[in-house]
Amino acid sequence: MSQVSETTVERNIKTSGMQVSKTDVAIDVIGMHKWYSDFHVLRDINLKVMRGERIVIAGPSGSGKSTLIRCINRLEEHQEGQIIVNGTELTADLKRIDDVRREVGMVFQHFNLFPHLTILQNLTLAPIWVRGIPKAEAEATAMHYLERVKIPEQANKFPGQLSGGQQQRVAIARSLCMKPSIMLFDEPTSALDPEMVKEVLEVMISLAEDGMTMICVTHEMGFARQVANRVIFMDQGQIIEQNDPENFFSNPQHERTKLFLSQILH
Amino acid sequence: MTMDLGFVRKEFVPSKPAPGRTGGPILWAQKNLFSTPTDTLFTVIGILFLLWAVPPLYNFIIGHAVMPGGTVEDCRVEGAGACWAYIYARFNFFIYGFYPIQEYWRPNIVFVMLAALIIPLLMPTAPFKRINALLFFVVFPVVSFYLLHGGVFGMRYVPTEQWGGLMVTLIISLVGIICSIPLGILLALGRQSKLPIIKTLCVLFIELWRAVPLITVLFMASIMLPLFMPAGTTVDKLLRALVGVTLFSSAYLAETVRGGLQALPRGQFEAGASLGLGYWKRTYFIILPQALKHVIPGIVNNFIALFKDTSLVSIVGIFDLLNTVQSASSDIEWASPTQAVTGYVFAAFVFWIFCFAMSRYSLWMERRLDTGHKR
Amino acid sequence: MAVQDNIGGAPPRTSLLNDPVFRGIIYQVLVAAAVIGFAAWIVLNTAQNLAMQNKTTGFDFLFRTAGFDISFTLFPWSRTSLYWQAFVAGLLNTLLVAVIGIFFATIIGFTLGIARLSSNWLISRVATVYIETIRNIPLLLQLFFWYFAVLKAMPAVRDSFLLPLGIYINQRGIMVPKPLPDHEFIWVAVAFVLCLVAAIAIGVWATRQRTLTGHYPSSIVLAARVANAVVMFALGYLAFALLGQIIPGLATPMVAAIAALVLVAISFTPYRPYAGAFVASAITFVVAAFLLGGMFNAVPTIAVQLVALLIGLAVGWMMLERIGTAPVDASKFPTALPILVVVGIPLVLYWLIGAELAFEPPVLQRFNFQGGVQLPPELVALVFGLSIYTAAFIAENVRGGIRAVSHGQTEAAQSLGLKEGDRLRLVIVPQAMRVIVPPLTSQYLNLTKNSSLGAAIGYPELVNVFTGTTLNQTGKAIEVIALTMAVYLTFSLVTSAFMNWYNGRVALVER
Ligand SMILES: Nc1ncnc2c1ncn2[C@@H]1O[C@H](COP(=O)(O)OP(=O)(O)O)[C@@H](O)[C@H]1O
Ligand SMILES: [Mg+2]
Repeated sequence: MSQVSETTVERNIKTSGMQVSKTDVAIDVIGMHKWYSDFHVLRDINLKVMRGERIVIAGPSGSGKSTLIRCINRLEEHQEGQIIVNGTELTADLKRIDDVRREVGMVFQHFNLFPHLTILQNLTLAPIWVRGIPKAEAEATAMHYLERVKIPEQANKFPGQLSGGQQQRVAIARSLCMKPSIMLFDEPTSALDPEMVKEVLEVMISLAEDGMTMICVTHEMGFARQVANRVIFMDQGQIIEQNDPENFFSNPQHERTKLFLSQILH
Repeated sequence: MTMDLGFVRKEFVPSKPAPGRTGGPILWAQKNLFSTPTDTLFTVIGILFLLWAVPPLYNFIIGHAVMPGGTVEDCRVEGAGACWAYIYARFNFFIYGFYPIQEYWRPNIVFVMLAALIIPLLMPTAPFKRINALLFFVVFPVVSFYLLHGGVFGMRYVPTEQWGGLMVTLIISLVGIICSIPLGILLALGRQSKLPIIKTLCVLFIELWRAVPLITVLFMASIMLPLFMPAGTTVDKLLRALVGVTLFSSAYLAETVRGGLQALPRGQFEAGASLGLGYWKRTYFIILPQALKHVIPGIVNNFIALFKDTSLVSIVGIFDLLNTVQSASSDIEWASPTQAVTGYVFAAFVFWIFCFAMSRYSLWMERRLDTGHKR
Repeated sequence: MAVQDNIGGAPPRTSLLNDPVFRGIIYQVLVAAAVIGFAAWIVLNTAQNLAMQNKTTGFDFLFRTAGFDISFTLFPWSRTSLYWQAFVAGLLNTLLVAVIGIFFATIIGFTLGIARLSSNWLISRVATVYIETIRNIPLLLQLFFWYFAVLKAMPAVRDSFLLPLGIYINQRGIMVPKPLPDHEFIWVAVAFVLCLVAAIAIGVWATRQRTLTGHYPSSIVLAARVANAVVMFALGYLAFALLGQIIPGLATPMVAAIAALVLVAISFTPYRPYAGAFVASAITFVVAAFLLGGMFNAVPTIAVQLVALLIGLAVGWMMLERIGTAPVDASKFPTALPILVVVGIPLVLYWLIGAELAFEPPVLQRFNFQGGVQLPPELVALVFGLSIYTAAFIAENVRGGIRAVSHGQTEAAQSLGLKEGDRLRLVIVPQAMRVIVPPLTSQYLNLTKNSSLGAAIGYPELVNVFTGTTLNQTGKAIEVIALTMAVYLTFSLVTSAFMNWYNGRVALVER
């Protein structure tokens, strides 16, 4: 009843001009439920994300958006249903979790940079210790991504010396240094001053243009219109409506979606 | 219609209970005691430790203890626990020291006054704070002194050598804190001052007392104070200890108050200045009330430390609670294997009650102030 | 209206009295005059008092004969020693108790602090009860308890308790065997120190290579494989030797050696976690059986052994999950290698050069013990009291430090795929230590200052020997107290110098 039919998704992708095959499923969430002790926070979530797809999740605060994407790299565990990431199902097996986390980058609302390390050290820490990449190579990669987020000159500073926008761009670069196949963003711009939002969104847009699989929780509707293949609206722990951005914004179906959009778009 | 490209939920998924049990003692234990092998191991070790430690402790304090009404012979029985009968018999000594029995009503009145003044003072919502504070910090010490000391209104004179027990412990810590609050505030203001001489003097004073152990301060007070006074003056032994304790604790209090002053937003100082108030008015009406409110938990923590530290006065021969307990433990009349331990357990319990209550109060205040601050 | 923020506060007016700068100067002059006046008054009074008592001032007394006994000194002391030597003896005793106390307080404090944050309810509760009990009871009371109620209540010399390893405990303190190293043993000690340095160097070098090249050097990996086998053999042998204590028949060296070899062989197969788990369970089982036997001597041995077996199995289970099935490879830190270097090389040397480390056990004579080393009860009580008390405060600092690292840091590290060990080592601990070290240093200073309470139970530390006995005998109150305070002032200054240096070094750079 609630499962999005595969054809719908595939057609959706095809409209954006991409090839689809079975192996191209990046994330598959099937009938997933999650509880915080007695509180049923995620209810019957079904979500299939194809490789290269860009998904924006919107919804009122407390609707479970963060919880959903945190389940995808198992910062939270789910109790029912399946989550399959890159063909690996997430279970309590620590080894598998580490394997999945290596392939999935995550960007947090509050950046969570390591304040005791320089920017460069922040970027090379995981490549060196998780992937076993030689330091020189890791630093070269780090500089490459710092250039990509347009702050190579900050490499030897500490996070505390950077502006919020710069810190968030470093956080994105830090995730990219692990060469992830999927990127998760949890409200990456909502802790930023308005003038810094743009610089972070620009980086995200350029990522999207390179074909990165992305799930973004964000209320930046301009961004959604520009890059998303699909927009998902969540409320009270469930997916209420999803559609391509065009239709989602111009022709919302569900009452709650309409209400939400009217509030967020004034 | 582009409906088929998207998805709209028709029916709301109702909330359903989590799979398996979410509550109940078994699940709780599974989560909090046996969640991993390591966890299980620690739980087992913990249980074994409790099995080893608790029964003897229970037997000592309650199980095999000799309750009030017992005799010294009961306490001498092999395997007897705490000799509470001895504490009961010497209770007055532990509370009042050598204070004459007929005059116990005097310290009792002081205790009642203390409770009546300090409880509303510590309750943030109680009214009449200013009057209350005035009574507690000024009137109460004076009245108490004359009550305990006597020699006026036909009350018998009781020299301080006869004071002792918990009474003296309370007196020293209260006098210490009451005197060191104004001193500490002045020192803290001095340390924040822009006048170099005043600042230097305050820093020197504060850092000197904070650097040395209280016991050396007490030795200094009890040995050197008489030397410092004009020839012929005698300084009461208790007074010497009080001077030492006050100097010592004012240095610590100054640092606590300084913390409060530093935490005040800069705007407060400027607002005061823009009203055209002079330094003292500004400090008294604007700065101090706010700063002090925020350091109440810190002051209470200072008081806890001071309350524990008063036990050191027994080293310079004052009969505080610890010293009365210590000296009573060589009391032949109640000689028994557990006599000394029982005394220590009793004293520890008294100290613990006071300190624990105060530390809870300080935590509670801290939380209250925190939320009040966040808005 | 422009407002000046200065000490006078009032807007500038014509009157000199209202000029803030002028007022400031007046204030300072007044205060300085008052302080100088007060000091002069005290000096005059003191001079007068001293003159009346026919006393002189000066430090020449330091070079006079002390003529009293000190019950415990770190260097030979006699009644003919001088007062300055008494000062040094007291100072050394203070430092001795401070160093030992700091060592134990740190260990107990860190354990408790981590225990208090444990997700295990029981463990965190036990830690909380400890902390809340200990820190709300005066230290002096605790010292009295340990000294008068525990150590002085120990049996008389004649009926001393015998602890394992030939240690006796009685009213006069703890008697431990005295190590008597022979001439050759010094080389073993030297080797041990060198090996320790070498092991650290190997660790640092291997880690550096790991970051530079992405894997541990192959020489190290090879050595680590050998070390693993040797350590496994040693532990396996130990396990069987220990098991032999409980299950007779296993005790022969031959059996133990063969069994240990089997374990080594297993450790080269994918079943290696089982070998490790077996060794861990066996050793834990024997140690637990022994400890529990001592703790619960009223309980039948078989029940104790059963519980010990359960604990052993739990440890084995734990190890099973911890030890990976893969053999040592270039991606894992070669833990066994430094251990083998530090323990193995000195042992081999000990055996090769025929060095001998004999122990002279304390032996009960008619009235007292002969031989061994006597730790006076005052020292033991003071170390006990200080470490137990300070540990409660250190535990709170440790807890605060760990909690100061936000959960977001752990999550960020997790989402990058860092494993638990790396998360702690690279992200959490470095940040927590920045918060912990400054208050930890002041706890160390507090412990040192609190060691002065040893005076109350007769431990001859600085205050006891100097401010107590020396002052009483010489009457040089001012000199003696000034010297004592100067010592503590120095401690305090050194500590705050360290703290400033540390804070400056680790301060997080902010905008
Ligand atoms: N650790 C937690 N424990 C209990 N409830 C939680 C926890 N984290 C989030 N919640 C609750 O789950 C709901 C969903 O939270 P979240 O996923 O953060 O929402 P969103 O990101 O959409 O604002 C909220 O009602 C929140 O209060
Ligand atoms: Mg959220």
